[in-house]
Amino acid sequence: MLAVKSGKQVEFSPAAMDRAREIISRYPDGKQKSALLPLLHLVQDEFGNWLSVDSMDYIARLLHIQPIEVYEVATFYSMYNMQPVGRFLLEICHTGPCEIRGAEELISTLQNKLLIKVGETSADGMFTLKRVECLAACGYAPMLQCGMHYHEFLDSEEKIDRLLNDLRSKATQNN
Amino acid sequence: MIKVTIDNIEIEVAEGTTIMNAARQVGGKIVPPAMCYYTSLKGSGGKCRACLVKVAQGSAKDPRPMPKLVASCCTNAQDGMVVQNITSPDVVEARRGIVEMLLVNHPLDCPICDQAGECELQNFAFDHGLEKTRSDFHRREFDPIDIGPHIKLHMTRCILCYRCTMVADQLTEERVHGILWRGEKSEISTYIQKAVENDFSGNMIDVCPVGALTDRHFRFRNRVWYLNPMDAHRDCKKCSGKVVLWLRGEEVYRVTGRKDEVGEVKEFICNECRWDHFDVKDWKVEGPREMEKWSVITANKYSDEAVELPDELYSKLNNEKWNEFEGVT
Amino acid sequence: MSKKILLDKINIEGIKSFDVYRANGGYASVEKALKMAPNDVIEEVKKSGLRGRGGAGFPTGMKWSFLDKKSGRPKYLVCNADESEPGTFKDRYLMEFIPHLLIEGMIVSSFALEANLSFIYVRGEFRWIIKILEQAIAEAKRAGFLGKNILGTGYDLELVVQTGAGAYICGEETALLESLEGKRGLPRIKPPFPAVVGLYGMPTVVNNVESIAVVPWIVLNSGEEYAKVGTAKSAGTKLISACGNINKPGVYEIELGLPVEEFIFSEEYCGGIANGKRMKAVVAGGSSVPILPTELILKTAAGENRLMSYESLSDGGFATGTMLGSGGFIVYDEDQCIVRNTWNFARFYHHESCGQCSPCREGTGWMERILHSIENGHGKMSDIDLLWDVQRKIEGNTICPLGDAAAWPVASAIRHFREEFEWHVMEPKECMNRNYGLREKSIMSIA
Repeated sequence: MLAVKSGKQVEFSPAAMDRAREIISRYPDGKQKSALLPLLHLVQDEFGNWLSVDSMDYIARLLHIQPIEVYEVATFYSMYNMQPVGRFLLEICHTGPCEIRGAEELISTLQNKLLIKVGETSADGMFTLKRVECLAACGYAPMLQCGMHYHEFLDSEEKIDRLLNDLRSKATQNN
Repeated sequence: MIKVTIDNIEIEVAEGTTIMNAARQVGGKIVPPAMCYYTSLKGSGGKCRACLVKVAQGSAKDPRPMPKLVASCCTNAQDGMVVQNITSPDVVEARRGIVEMLLVNHPLDCPICDQAGECELQNFAFDHGLEKTRSDFHRREFDPIDIGPHIKLHMTRCILCYRCTMVADQLTEERVHGILWRGEKSEISTYIQKAVENDFSGNMIDVCPVGALTDRHFRFRNRVWYLNPMDAHRDCKKCSGKVVLWLRGEEVYRVTGRKDEVGEVKEFICNECRWDHFDVKDWKVEGPREMEKWSVITANKYSDEAVELPDELYSKLNNEKWNEFEGVT
Repeated sequence: MSKKILLDKINIEGIKSFDVYRANGGYASVEKALKMAPNDVIEEVKKSGLRGRGGAGFPTGMKWSFLDKKSGRPKYLVCNADESEPGTFKDRYLMEFIPHLLIEGMIVSSFALEANLSFIYVRGEFRWIIKILEQAIAEAKRAGFLGKNILGTGYDLELVVQTGAGAYICGEETALLESLEGKRGLPRIKPPFPAVVGLYGMPTVVNNVESIAVVPWIVLNSGEEYAKVGTAKSAGTKLISACGNINKPGVYEIELGLPVEEFIFSEEYCGGIANGKRMKAVVAGGSSVPILPTELILKTAAGENRLMSYESLSDGGFATGTMLGSGGFIVYDEDQCIVRNTWNFARFYHHESCGQCSPCREGTGWMERILHSIENGHGKMSDIDLLWDVQRKIEGNTICPLGDAAAWPVASAIRHFREEFEWHVMEPKECMNRNYGLREKSIMSIA
């Protein structure tokens, strides 16, 4: 299910607004709805990697379309998170080619290390595990995506430990 | 004008006519079933695949057959085209498959569904389906929700024909009704359960082929086959005012638009006509509505012959079983 | 070493940057093409015999010639970089390591199609690639290869990178156009085809990354030269992304017509099966195409060597053949379970079905559930026949090819590995503990 409307005011920062305007200007006149997918990505980047109803309504106002048109699109695509997620969303590919190279082992290792199941967020709000379908990294399996990056060949416990430690230290550096 | 042959019947139609509409001009059994196509809704059709037909000859110019079955509702007829509907075993087989697919998730709750008796899926399954289901997995389930004071949404029964969203998109000014999620998880919803407040929103009930969208004022109050449909009209500033009153005695149980022989409402009615005039005195009654024999109920398909029980068993059932039931009550 | 057309410069240091790319002969095709008539460029591509590299293999030149140029409406070129077919990761490689090749191809192709605004639709997950492409576009613009009045010829072109958001179905060209318009990625009902009614209702051509990246070479070296590479019916080279249980997974450019056996076992390419195992099966062109057992992927039913080409891989039809598809080459060793893999793919298609038409929406889920129960030892013998019947009722009855793509892997797995399904039903406990393994003797059973 989806989060309900909170009535909280959502607004882009001036820098994000500039980016939004630039995106909207790419399309021919009257075709601004084309900017919807990139703008929803921008919302996720700006407001904690998920789409609240308030933020979707904000985008609808920005593009002069009905809110339902935004909801329809947001729920169709798997990259948009309809619920809050942890600081790092670990999206593990579990489709055929990754599976035969150990995707399930990667998933169970992560579950055991983070003490959460797929779909859950760790207690410290740091990690969320998500299963995803093919990410086009079949030759570099098993792998996962975290934000901008693909982390590939995660076929040993050391590599997984290193990845988790890297992410944790990244979080402390930024704080 | 162009000439098309459908199930060995030749017919002349205007250029640009779809195979479906050409067949409808002939009428009868050669009309392909339609679960999603709705003439007056732009962009409807092509989704349910119930109307698949075989094109045995593309046209006089290019007589090659089409490689796949085509959706007759969105394929234009060509001059010299030869179409097979119920005369093609492939089509009959494919439709059997479509019924089965639609019933993978559609509940068999006809006995408690208000749409029973005027349900397009019920008719389709009766005409084209198998006798039993081969899928024994759990069906998807949703809690029914109210969308506004008049309409109830039973998402569990939805077959995702998209007709209601098209009504919302094309008849009403502000769309709050839409399709969310993807694939088998798709659902019709207002998302935040916002009420559908529009003068023509009630037409979503009329276009729904199944019991997914029902009239909250009529729910569980009566069976459609116990009611007497009467053509009636009133002066209405918003719509044509031409409706069907569903009466039992003097009491108006519900008001709907007038469905034609293929089950489509040609003139959509406003919510005032539908829900604000339950007094028969508000209406000029024209006379009984002629019901075309397209419904399971009107075709008398639930008669004794259809069940085909041996006489002995039937009388046993009649006497013992029903007496037993009466005893309980 | 076989002929390289796309990846010949891939090892040059700094080829990602405009300057290095330009210094190594990059963008020469733009200079040449812009002096030609647009339709002459189309003629060259037609002569080359290039077939669409996205999976369907439709001749690119013919697709271009269908574009409605007469009506005078704006025309669009859209590059399909929504690479999401399981097993396929070739376009990503091209865009990541030699992005200017795609930009160059887009300029030449847009010119041929007389488009002034073109899009590259990249799947949303490729976030770093979107940055690479945007940077490459900015560099090309600074050098005068994009924007207004390119190289003083009066030709204007803007190139936009559009972001997807996670939907396999957007690889279908009409779903891609819907998505590009900011809608749900629901395939459109055809006809009309995009060449007449496409993006924003205007004439549009949608091409795969690899198809567009080949165009500069064709313009520079002529269509006839390209047609000389490869086989008579499969011109040119093809990027193959090899994965699964092989020693050297990765992206390889091969000359079409290379024997499959050489591709799998030679050191130049896959380097044989990993860990000294034996090969069990191959999916030759992305998860959608039929899976073939070892004996049929190496040799056709007639006993000839199977080659990496459109015609050789499809030899024997679906009874004993498969398809070149998108070039996603997945190799399975003897330890892999075919039932499990088929279930995995069925789950993928179930997850990715857009839900618009009923056979695909309901049928993909149904197949997944049946396969799941067989895989987990709850299946019945009759489920195998039911599965066969369900896939048959999806295939050909849907709006877009996703229905077929979901049906084929199931059909071929039953066709070639039926006894493995039966074993799962008969030995429910054992199938949870071990895999069926390799069939000891070759049975050419055809359902």
